[in-house]
Amino acid sequence: MGGSSPCASCKLLRRRCAKDCVFAPYFPSDDPQKFAMVHKVFGASNVSKMLQELPVHQRADAVSSLVYEANARVRDPVYGCVGAISYLQNQVSQLQMQLAVAQAEILCIQMQQDPPAASFPTQIDHHQDHDRSLLLSCSNINPQLLAAGFASSSSNAIQDPLKKESLWT
Amino acid sequence: MSTSSRCAACRHLRRRCPSDCIFAPYFPANDPHRFACVHKIYGSSKVGNMLQDLPVELRAEAADAICIEAECRVQDPVYGCVRMISLLQQQIHNAESQLVKARAEIAVLGSHAQELRHHGQDI
Repeated sequence: MGGSSPCASCKLLRRRCAKDCVFAPYFPSDDPQKFAMVHKVFGASNVSKMLQELPVHQRADAVSSLVYEANARVRDPVYGCVGAISYLQNQVSQLQMQLAVAQAEILCIQMQQDPPAASFPTQIDHHQDHDRSLLLSCSNINPQLLAAGFASSSSNAIQDPLKKESLWT
Repeated sequence: MSTSSRCAACRHLRRRCPSDCIFAPYFPANDPHRFACVHKIYGSSKVGNMLQDLPVELRAEAADAICIEAECRVQDPVYGCVRMISLLQQQIHNAESQLVKARAEIAVLGSHAQELRHHGQDI
């Protein structure tokens, strides 16, 4: 009677890997570190509960995000993912400043060259205004502000976030 | 025994709140939702261990960050706070593309201006 090898979770938890093991599809035995990280931060029973509360088609994404958060927490035991969010918010602010400077420079050059016909040089991405207001609502690590920013962002369409491989490495 | 002095964590866990309770400084009784989220996502022993593994002066920040992540995960059980990270990375990508375009436009306008100046001198 050939038994398939236990998944990484059941190996770590030292138990029999049932045919309907909730972890098995997402924690293959060839990547023990992935489950070890998630177990360290969230605990196996919490992860199991979270997965069981989700429809099957959403569980892979949920596991990916849990792994990402767990990795962030292990790397930075104080700030975890929130540290990454703060860093990225700073990057966005800096880039937006640089963009504003560049657009002002374009306007100046255009006005010098052709004052009466000067017009806005670039198509300002109006989607950016919506996102900017979203991000300004969570511009620092203040929990209330960040949670408010998150609450308003959850209604936006996120275009395939999990296709960005760098997010999940 | 008075129960009004228990922190939110000990109230939630229905236990006595010792004087050296690891949770008490960061989970005051007037905000039960804060610990409820953290307990739902991480469990009390994981959070207790995380705080205990840190120097005292860093625990408040860590508790706040853990609470934010837990709240995000409760609101979005699939992506949690990683959704925000994805959104920000998208913002950065968009801003970088726009910046490259703007700088290219500056270069083009700059060389055009130079041509006009040379034309003006030749005439």
